[in-house]
Amino acid sequence: MTALLELEDVEARYGPVHVLHGISLAVEEGSVVAVLGPNGAGKTTTLRAVSGTVRRSGSIRFAGRALNRLGPDGVARLGVAHVPEGRGTFSELTVAENLRLGAYTRRGSIQPELERVFSYFPWLAERRRQQAGTLSGGEQQMLALARAFVLRPRLLMVDEPSLGLAPVLVAELFRIVRELNEREGLTVLVVEQNAHLALQAADACYVLEAGRVVLAGTSEELQADDSVRRSYLGY
Amino acid sequence: MATAESSPGFRSRGTDVGSFPVVVALLVAAAVFLVVGSLRSATFAQLTVQGLALGAVYGSLALALVLVYRATRVINFAQGELAMATTYIAWQLVQWGLSYWEAFFARLGIAFVHGLVLEVVLIRPVLHRSAIAAVIVTVGLFILVDGVVNWLWGGGFRALPPPFGTKIYHIGSVAIARLYVGMIVVVLVSVVLVWVLFRFTKLGLGMRAAALRPAEAALVGVRVDRMLAIGWGLATVLGAVAGLMAAPSQYILDPTLMQPILVYAFAAAVLGGLESPTGAVVGGLIIGVTLNLIVQYVPAITSELQLPFAFAVLIIVLLIKPSGLFGHREVRRV
Repeated sequence: MTALLELEDVEARYGPVHVLHGISLAVEEGSVVAVLGPNGAGKTTTLRAVSGTVRRSGSIRFAGRALNRLGPDGVARLGVAHVPEGRGTFSELTVAENLRLGAYTRRGSIQPELERVFSYFPWLAERRRQQAGTLSGGEQQMLALARAFVLRPRLLMVDEPSLGLAPVLVAELFRIVRELNEREGLTVLVVEQNAHLALQAADACYVLEAGRVVLAGTSEELQADDSVRRSYLGY
Repeated sequence: MATAESSPGFRSRGTDVGSFPVVVALLVAAAVFLVVGSLRSATFAQLTVQGLALGAVYGSLALALVLVYRATRVINFAQGELAMATTYIAWQLVQWGLSYWEAFFARLGIAFVHGLVLEVVLIRPVLHRSAIAAVIVTVGLFILVDGVVNWLWGGGFRALPPPFGTKIYHIGSVAIARLYVGMIVVVLVSVVLVWVLFRFTKLGLGMRAAALRPAEAALVGVRVDRMLAIGWGLATVLGAVAGLMAAPSQYILDPTLMQPILVYAFAAAVLGGLESPTGAVVGGLIIGVTLNLIVQYVPAITSELQLPFAFAVLIIVLLIKPSGLFGHREVRRV
């Protein structure tokens, strides 16, 4: 197995509420993997279990290393960038400061990374000094993505990027994610409610329901699956 | 494209800048008033300079309060007492043979460690339970520091050597003690250093991120706990600067040295906006100068009424403009 990220029998809870009941999934290096499922299925919690922002048990391995004992900053230092739901933009700071924070764990000059990010998000260069909170929702989501990318992560985890965005923007966002994957070899784990988009962008998909993986397969397989079509694609 | 989506009015929807020009205009007017007054009356000039010096002390203690508040959402009631303890430790160091300025810098180092340890040992364990618990811890700390200082050094006559000598400058008919000039310079230099740290260094960026959004900061790899502890350390250093600058103008060390100053610092911090470091310093200067002038020129307000006056400012600001002069309400776009 050459999976970059491997979850085996992962459980997580918020206080007494069990959210994940033994999730197992694998993300191959260089692939885009989507996690689908209805509200409350545990999609967000799965990402949070990886980044260490929720109490979890079971085995979580990243590049062969167990993550279980690491907190969020330790996981980030290993090269996992997590763009949380609601973007996690530092709205009080400027665009440039947000990007510098993205590279917080890197040493030395981040100029090359910035140049690279600006080649994907050219408009960010002109807005460097602008306060991030004054960007539109779509721009903030792009900034969150750019910030995650400055870290030059080995794994990018994005939570519900389409939330509250216009369809045009969502398509643009997924195009950029796909581009980062193809050109930079970035491995992506994306949580998405919009199954259409997710299946188009991803190589493989996991469907979660009530804290368990109920279906897994390549995007083609899932697109052909009747139950997925009825429940998530609506035709 | 993403850029096409931004509306032309995106700037106006951002931070609340509505009252900012008004505040600046008022400050400029106040500065003009002070300069004109100083040119016309030597007493006025002397009181203004003295007020600025005292205000600088209030401002740096207020800045300490603001830093702690921004980092951990806790009002540290012990900030003044910690600063007071500073003056005694400095005195002890001087007794052991250090010069005033050696003791001063040694003291800043000790203060930093103090703040750091306090955050880790006393504040962090209760911080996530409730903000009230943390506030009560700081009140307890107030009493503890006070008790320990009284126990170790209480009673007896102790004084620090004058840090800036006893020289008095004469400009025309205006006499200005070198002490006051020194106080203003030292406080301003430390404030500028703190500003540079926050604005231009990676550590400062990490500290700001940790204070603003701890969860997101951790996700980008900022060690949030460490940043908050450093924030407390830094605040304690600023408090120490305030204490060491306040002590010489009182001549005799006293365990109650910082108690009125803490009230002035509260008033300054609230006046400037509890979220705003700039506001804290400006607020301190305003309170210092106003108190000094008002006692001289408004017969109804005697020096006994200085503290109540500061309280009145505090309450009025909280009633009329709780965000203070420089604070802005957070406006977030969804």
